[in-house]
Parts: sequence; C-alpha cells; structure tokens
Amino acid sequence: MLENRRFVIIGFFALVGLIYLLRLFYLQVLDDSYSIESSSNSIKRVIEIPFRGQIYDRTGKLIVYNTPVYDLLVTPYKAKVDDTLRFCRVLGIERRDFDSLMNAASSYSRVKPSLFLRQLSKEDFAAIQDVMVDYSGFEFAKSSLRTYTAPTLANTLGYVSEITKSQLEKQEEPYYRQSDYIGQSGIEKIYEEELRGKRGTKFVMQNVSGVYKGPWKGGELDTMAVAGENLYSGIDLEVQQYADSLMVNKVGSVVAIEPKTGQIISMVSAPTYDPNLLASRYFSKNFAALIRNPYKPLFNRPVMASYRPGSTFKLIQALIGLEEGVITPSSGFTHANCPVGCHNHPATGTVALGVMHSCNPYFYNVFRRMIYNNNIKNTFKASAAGLDEWHDRISKFGIGQRLGIDLPSEYKGNLPNKKYYDRYYGEYRWKFSNIYSLSIGEGELLITPLKMANVAAIIANKGYFYTPHVIHSIGDKKTVKPEFTVRHETGVSAQYFEPVIEGMIGAVEGGTARRSKVQGINIAGKTGTSQNKRGDDHSIFIAFAPVEDPKIAIAVFVENAGAGGVAAAPIANLIIEKYLTRKITNKALEANMLKADYMSKVILPGQKKPVPPVDTAKKKPAVPVTPVQPSTVAQ
Amino acid sequence: MAENKPITKNVDWIVVLIYLACLMIGWVNIYAAVYNPEVHTSMFDLSNNAGKQLMWIGTAAVLIICILVVDYKFYESFSFIIYAVVIFLLVVVLFAGSNINGSRSWIKFGPISLQPAEFSKLAISLAISKYLSDPAISLTRKFKDYYPILGIIALPAFLILLSNETGSMLVFASFAIVLYREGMPGFIPAIGMTMAALLIITLLFVKWYIAGTIVVIACLVIWLMPVMTRRRGGLWATILVAFIMIGIVFGVDFFMNNVLQKHQRGRIMVLLDPDSDPRGIGWNVIQSKIAIGSGGFIGKGFLQGTQTKFDFVPEQSTDFIFCTVGEEHGFLGSALVVILFVSLIARLVVLAERQRSRFARVYGYCVAGIIFFHFLVNIGMTVGLMPVIGIPLPFFSYGGSSLWSFSILLFIFLKIDAQRPFTLSRG
Repeated sequence: MLENRRFVIIGFFALVGLIYLLRLFYLQVLDDSYSIESSSNSIKRVIEIPFRGQIYDRTGKLIVYNTPVYDLLVTPYKAKVDDTLRFCRVLGIERRDFDSLMNAASSYSRVKPSLFLRQLSKEDFAAIQDVMVDYSGFEFAKSSLRTYTAPTLANTLGYVSEITKSQLEKQEEPYYRQSDYIGQSGIEKIYEEELRGKRGTKFVMQNVSGVYKGPWKGGELDTMAVAGENLYSGIDLEVQQYADSLMVNKVGSVVAIEPKTGQIISMVSAPTYDPNLLASRYFSKNFAALIRNPYKPLFNRPVMASYRPGSTFKLIQALIGLEEGVITPSSGFTHANCPVGCHNHPATGTVALGVMHSCNPYFYNVFRRMIYNNNIKNTFKASAAGLDEWHDRISKFGIGQRLGIDLPSEYKGNLPNKKYYDRYYGEYRWKFSNIYSLSIGEGELLITPLKMANVAAIIANKGYFYTPHVIHSIGDKKTVKPEFTVRHETGVSAQYFEPVIEGMIGAVEGGTARRSKVQGINIAGKTGTSQNKRGDDHSIFIAFAPVEDPKIAIAVFVENAGAGGVAAAPIANLIIEKYLTRKITNKALEANMLKADYMSKVILPGQKKPVPPVDTAKKKPAVPVTPVQPSTVAQ
Repeated sequence: MAENKPITKNVDWIVVLIYLACLMIGWVNIYAAVYNPEVHTSMFDLSNNAGKQLMWIGTAAVLIICILVVDYKFYESFSFIIYAVVIFLLVVVLFAGSNINGSRSWIKFGPISLQPAEFSKLAISLAISKYLSDPAISLTRKFKDYYPILGIIALPAFLILLSNETGSMLVFASFAIVLYREGMPGFIPAIGMTMAALLIITLLFVKWYIAGTIVVIACLVIWLMPVMTRRRGGLWATILVAFIMIGIVFGVDFFMNNVLQKHQRGRIMVLLDPDSDPRGIGWNVIQSKIAIGSGGFIGKGFLQGTQTKFDFVPEQSTDFIFCTVGEEHGFLGSALVVILFVSLIARLVVLAERQRSRFARVYGYCVAGIIFFHFLVNIGMTVGLMPVIGIPLPFFSYGGSSLWSFSILLFIFLKIDAQRPFTLSRG
C-alpha cells in the first residue's frame, strides 16, 4: 500500500521539525553560554587604523611620514558645557563655530559620538587634554596625518583624503567604510593597497552605558592592525628641491630618469604647491583654492601635459632613418627645394652635424626618404604605407602610448598613423606633402615630458629602456614590481646611436644649447622649440650625462619661454650638474634661472594675452619680475 | 466549466496564508539584517536589500497571477518544453554567464540577474511528474524505468556542477522523497541513510574501533538471529553486510582525504567540530550559533540584534537570514518559522494525496520535497546540525531568482490543485 507511505514521509518531516525545535530550545533557552544579554553587556567592534607606509628617497631620506593627531569627538546627549566662553577659548574656536558644530553633531545623532574638531596636533592635544576633563561627553580618538619633510613633489606623491561617496559605493570588495581615508592621486593612489596596511579589529564588551568591560571572548577573535608597507623611491630629494627652485615662476615640467634602471630621480610639475596643504585640518579650503588657481597646480604636467616635441624629435628621426637605411652616418642634405625654413648654420654634411645644428631641411629629407622607402608607384598609397611603417618604428620608443609609470592618469599623447589622417583627408587623399611637419616634431604629434625624458634615457642606453617608475621597491622585503625590470628594446642598433650622440654633444658644445654648457661634464643634449597656438613657443631640452657613462637623462619643458636654449637647456644642465657633482659652478646662470619669470608670458585659457600671476595657494607667491632676455643670459 | 469558476474559490488558502506569512517575516528580517543604525534607510528604500526584496515580492505577485490565469493543462502539456528551455539556459550560462562570487551562474537581463540553476528544480519536477504520469511506469518492479528519471536529474545536475554551484545540485537529493512515495523500495533510502550515518561516525571516531564494533554487532546478529527469529541462512548475508560496512568506513577515510576538495572537507569537518577552525570555515557556524543562541527565549527585539548588526555573520540577508530571526525574535520567533515550514510541507503532502491525477500528485510531492530539503539544510546549517551549503531558505532569503522560482513552483501546484474537482482520474 503505497498510499500509507505518506505517513512515513509526514512523520519524517515532523521528526526533523521536532529535532530543530529541540535544538533551538537548547541553543536559545537552556545553553546560556551564548547569551551575552544575561550579563547585560553588548559587544562593540573597535576598528584600529594602522599607520600608512612611509616613503623614502634614493639616499634613504624620509619624504612622507605620519604624525599622530587627535580627533575630538562629542556625544551630544552627554555633553555638558557650562562655561561656553572658556571652552571656546581653550579650543581656539568662535562661539558660533561651537554652536554650529554642536548642532551638526546633534542632528546626526544624539547618542553616538560625532566629530567635533579633527586633527588636533600633539601640542594642541597636550594643552587642552587636562581642561577637557571638566567637560563630559567629549572624547579624543587617535588618528594620523600625512606629513612631508619638504614642501615638494606634491603631484607625484598625491594626497590622501576621506573616501568619497561614489568611491565607497564602487569599491569591489567592501574594505572601506564611511570617513575612512584613501589615497586619491599620485603614489598614494597607485600604491594604496600596499600603503594602507591591514586594519585591526577588536571586539570589546560594554555595559549599557558604554563603559568598557574588557575584551570579548578573551580577545580570541581580535586581529592586530598591521602597518602599511614602506615605499622606496628613486627620487633624489636634494635635486628635486633644487629643480623646484629653478622652476619657480615658470609653467612646465622637469623629469629626470636614471637610464640604467628607469628610476625617476626628479619630477617637477610647475607651478606646484606644498603637499602639507592637503594634509591638514584645512583640506577642503586649501583644495578649493588649488582647484580655482588658473595655473592648475593640481595638474600633474610631467605625465598629463602634452606638447609638440619640436626639434628634440629629430633625434628619433635620425635614429630610425639610420636603422631603416635611408641615410648613412655621412649623409648630407642642403636647404635646396625644401618647404621648411631654417636658420643660418654651417653645412650639414653628416647626421651628427644635422643634429648639432638642428637643421630642418635635413630632417625633412630624412622623413621624406622614410615615407617613400617602398616600391609603391602611387604617391598616395606609398605615403600611407610609409607612414604606418614609420609609426611602428616610433612606437617602440614609447611614443603614442602609455609607458606604464606608477602614477595615475598618464596621458598617451598622439602619434598619427594612416588611420588618423584618413579621418581628416579620406583614404589615399593625402601624401607626404600633407604630413611633412612631423619630420621636425611639429604637426599632429603630442608627447608628454615623461616620454621625452625616456627618449633621452633610450639614447643614453643606446637602444633600450626600462619603464620609468617612481617607486623601485616595496616593503621590508624590498619587493620589486616585475614590470619595472623588463628591458624594452627599440629595435635600433647601438652603432646608429654614435652619430646622434655626437651631434647632441655638438649641440651642447657649440650648437643650439651652447650657452648653458657645464665645465667638466660631458653632456649630450638637444633643444626643442615647440610651436603652439597660445603665445610664445615652449622651450624644450632633453639631455643625458655624463656621455661616457650616463647616470641621468633629463627632459625640461618651460611653457612660452621661447627657444629651447633660452630656458629649458640652462635649467636641465644646472640640474645635471647638481645631481652629478652636488655643486654649481656657473653661479651667474643659476641666479638668472632662479629669478627668470616665464609665468607672466603664459596665456591662460580664455584670455588673449598674458596676465600677471595672482597670489594663490602656491608654495611661494609669484613676484612679478621682468622676463629675462635670452641675450643677457651669460654663458 | 472550470474556466467559469473564480480561481479564488478553489485555491488552497492555508498554503497561500503560510506563503504570505513567510514572505512578510522574511522581508522584515532582511531589513533588520541590513539595517545599519548609523545610516538609516527606510524599508522601502530600493538601495538596500529590503527595498529590493519588496520589488521582488511585487514582481512575484505578477508572476503568480499569470500562473493562476494560464490553463492548468498547460503545465502538464508543456512539461518537457519547459525542461528543455531551462536546460538551454543552463548551457547558455556556461558561456555567457556573469561571474558572481566565484560561480559562473548568472544571466543578466539589463538590471536583473537571474540564476537558471534556481529554475532547474521546477523543470525537473515537471519532467519527472510528466514521465511518471504514464500509468505503465512502475518504480516497484521495473528497474529500467528508473533510467529516464536518473537522466532527467543528471543532465541539469551535470551542467550546474560545471558552473560551480554545488549547493543547488544537492537539492536534487530531495527527489528521493517523491520516488519513495511512488514505489521505490524502502531499502534504498535505508541504505542511503545508513551510509550517511556511517560517514559521520567514521569522521568522529577512530576507524579501527568502528570496525571492531561492527564485527561485534555482526557476531551478535549471527548468534542471536536463529534464536530470535528461528530462521537460518542469514549467516553469509550478515558477514557480507558487515564487510561492506567496514569497507565503507575505510572508504570514507580515503574519500575524505583524496577525493573531496579542501573547502568541502573543511565544511564537513566543521560540522562535527566547529572549534577545529574557528577563524576560517568554522567562523560562519560559530557566529551563526552565537547569534541565534544570544536571542534567548523572546529575542532582543526588532532591529536590536547586536551580533548581526556588526556583520559577524556573513551573507546575512541571504543564506543566513535565519540568524536574524533567531537573534531578534528568540526561541518564539524561530519556533514559529520552523512550525510554519513543517505545516506548509505537511499541508502540501495532504494536498498532493488528494489529487486524482498521478501527474499532480507527483508534482505536489516534488514541491514538498524541495521545500523540505531547503528547510532541512538551511536551518540545519545555521543551528550547526548540517554542513554549510549555500542554499537559500525558501521565501525568506533575499534574492529574486530564489523567490521567483519557489513562488512559481508552489503556485503551479496550487493552480493544478484548484482545478482538481474538474479533473478526471487517470492513474
């Protein structure tokens, strides 16, 4: 009788139900080991935020560390302030501040502590700690503040601030909670996971009035906070600060790289600001001021700004021209039949001389040969094929793509290819005569200062580079990120670098950059003058030194300062000398560059002509001084 | 004619009321589970799970109306087609599914994510019912009649296993209940349970002791059986059974260490001894027991739970929703939930037995079995009687796919049941 099996089944169901009821009765009623309520204690979770990792420079000097600070919290329903005046005087606040802070706290919650004053220094804390005993409802919570040993590297390091609402919602694994701090830009953002450490959790018991009653379960479920990992950078703090001082009153960038490793030695984004401004109680006020500043000090120019490389680009043209075999080291070209203009200079019978005198027609011809270096009869099709071949060779220098530096928002720039021009002119509707301005680094090229510094490093290395990076190792174990140890080849044989380097030495010794040569150091460099729609040309210089054994490769960009030899070359050479010898021989040049003001020549967006800079949240107020004329710069 | 009668007249209101009670209690507890005293959001706020669950409940209501409106013959006629569609979705999900929590088992339609595995229970139930509705099929005598059933279950089980959703697959064990009712010999479930018991004993005690005990019992049986039953010939059978059992004991050991994956082994070990790994896998079990245990007899009150507030218990609005009930409403609340479930399942069995067609009866038992299995495993794991297997508590746990699939499952049966007076008996 299968029908009778229903009783077995229902019986089985009922049995399980009964077992569960008994089990629940045992857990909830009989066994009181789980009942915390019986002792009227409740468990509170206390989060311990560890110290963020510190950042060191290449000589072991501290760049960023943490200062312990104290937040003052208030629980409104417990707060009793009888003599408000004294209270305000002790805390150094106004009576109306007190009222508004109190109201804000009450409207959040009467029974839960909320922030009253944030980030009091140790000194402030010591001064008011004793007095605060008289006022109930107030408590201190330990916290920490990023502190910078020197007012430099603001954009590279980035800043830390309270997590925003959208970041809170978008996080992949729920780690952060409201009012947690998080790295928002620069190194602080990229290395957030390494720097933040591991949060500790303690479970403590409290009675109904919130009094501590010891650890819950003897602390067996607690986890210790683990401090964040320290980061070791290749930055040379002394050189960095010297470069900063040279870039005062200028808009532009300095990027210096150690060619053998790809480590960044110095990285200036001018104008800059004191990073301590964004690590203080006045974060929002200072941040707003920086955002409003028309010179955009928060814009990290070395990796985000892009320029036409101008004549510095001729170096790459010469290199790939040699590699492709369209020229030999002893090829010469004259100014004849060339649509690009040039200045007066001796005949350029070799590659080295072409580079040294930065001869425009020379590189017009080199580029022309490269573009038409195929057997296609139709000039339109030949140009298209030639440009793509050229594009592929240039790409190997890291141009037109992100290098992968450990900084956020790296701009990839622009390196035009066939597709790019097809969009403007239509397929096979353009040829060499439409694109020849690329030959001298003008036209549609866009390159960041970081990439030009990397080009200098490639030439210093004679053909390869390591991805430029700020942080070379992480934590006590000195972990190295594998992507920074990959040697990227450019495909140009080492032998072809010789004539180019020879030309670069010539440029510094007796060419376009001769006014800023440094006694006793062999520098190979190349100036660039970047045309732009907004005001005077940008002054560009890339170099490496010493030629025999390159230790530093550098790119300097100064906006609207004119020719490359005027501002960028002297600044670059001073920094090279400082890095290699720790002293400066040419004091007159140094003095001139320190006081030179090219900022007043910068035309801001929406304006027709330059306006004198206004005092803003910059490190130093810009004092309007008359621009230094290039001719007065002593050699 | 059946079409002229209002459906409200014949639908089983007891089941509907229990269903609504479960939904209400579940929704309130989901709100309590996600409630954060620092960020106060309303129960109806779509940004939290409670608000979303309300939306799922609303859409489930629309589905139920559709199910009740469709002609009851549809479900029987289209059984195999529904089964084919679900199989198709399970295949699709393997290739186009989105990865959530390590299992690749969700299909996204715009803002809605659905889990086809949840609907495989419905598909299998319909397919088995349709197959068994043929009166020529007998589970008592013909062994080959089992093959199609095994096939019906194995195909989706295999596909679900590929998408790494072992929890949903285990639910298929519940079909043993309906097969037993339809004539599967009683010794099969008996063997299954003995195996399970042996497995647990093996994990708890040293295996040589167990082997010894089995030998002793076997000797006693051999010695006593002729005396008690006056029957002979049981000697070899008893020795054979004893050897098989000892074999199982040693086999389990091998199985645990060599076949199961580490996390699966961990889940079983934790069931036996939660303290073996208090911070890892044991964490869920310990925390869930503490939460429930701390509720006491009457509970801490709505939104007053401290264990659950501090996110001690993971996956609290989904698989561990019962903890919130236990902590905030105490023994009274949790006992009510257990009683609701047992009543619902018992009522379903009663309804199933009064069906005139075999299709309807089998389907009714399938529904009862599936809900029972979820209840057994889900509540069992929160009170530490079952290993942690991630399956939801029907009608309680947060989640659209599970709520929809259980509602569809249940209301198809209620629709068929409501038409019962007009169906002719066929088997």
